[in-house]
Amino acid sequence: MWIYEKKLEYPVRVNTTNPTLAAMIIEQFGGADGELSAAIRYLTQRWSMPIGKAKAILTDIGTEELAHWEMVGTLVYKLTKDATIEQIKGTPFEAHYVNHGKALFPHDAAGVPWTAAYIQSKGDPVTDLHENMAAEQKARSTYEWLINISDDPGVIDTLRFLREREVVHYQRFGEALCLVQEHMCKKKFY
Amino acid sequence: MKNNQAELLEQLMEVGFVLVETNLYLDTHPDDERALRLHNTFSQKYKELECIYEAQYGPLKFTSMSVLPWQYVDDPWPWDVDFGKCRC
Repeated sequence: MWIYEKKLEYPVRVNTTNPTLAAMIIEQFGGADGELSAAIRYLTQRWSMPIGKAKAILTDIGTEELAHWEMVGTLVYKLTKDATIEQIKGTPFEAHYVNHGKALFPHDAAGVPWTAAYIQSKGDPVTDLHENMAAEQKARSTYEWLINISDDPGVIDTLRFLREREVVHYQRFGEALCLVQEHMCKKKFY
Repeated sequence: MKNNQAELLEQLMEVGFVLVETNLYLDTHPDDERALRLHNTFSQKYKELECIYEAQYGPLKFTSMSVLPWQYVDDPWPWDVDFGKCRC
């Protein structure tokens, strides 16, 4: 089961109101390489992992991705909560606003709703761990593009933290892949 | 929200983050004694801070105790916590 902790993984500081930036950051809330995709991907793949270490890493990284999803949602929320209609009009956030108001919704920066088609679970641990390593790199790239277009120091600080976590997760998945391959080679000699 | 609540929460988050890192590292390096000692040290610190925080501001998790009325519902929820402006 899961237990919710009433705190963020890392403090989200937002210095400005910026609906345009919020509309871009929502990419990581409901986009293909976003945090929701990451969490659902890893948590779904757990059942077909052959060793405890791989089950553990998928469980714990998948759980951390949910905490990142909460942080990305908090960025979007804080960037838009004080926005007036005048500040929203004419920005890319306007299209989100007419459907969802200031509520969060898992879609990407272009408004495409989240779909399970963004993830894969093949039942082959080597394939799945490669998918996950690629996913971490894709998310890292997205955070870099987001950092490039951000001009709020608080937002940049949070995005830098999230980018760094992608690097750590990539490393841990690489180690899990080695451990799974070692395990599979061992089995052949029974 | 009183400023000291945000400060105490941030301290707890900092120690909690060490545990996130040691947890992931230990998942793929369960035999690393130095990492495990680090984890256990910070686990102890986390428990102490959590105790102090929850005694003052109520449960962070549904498994914790509360005075009446159930303080878990109290604001601020995580997305409403004001950590101040970025000093970066």
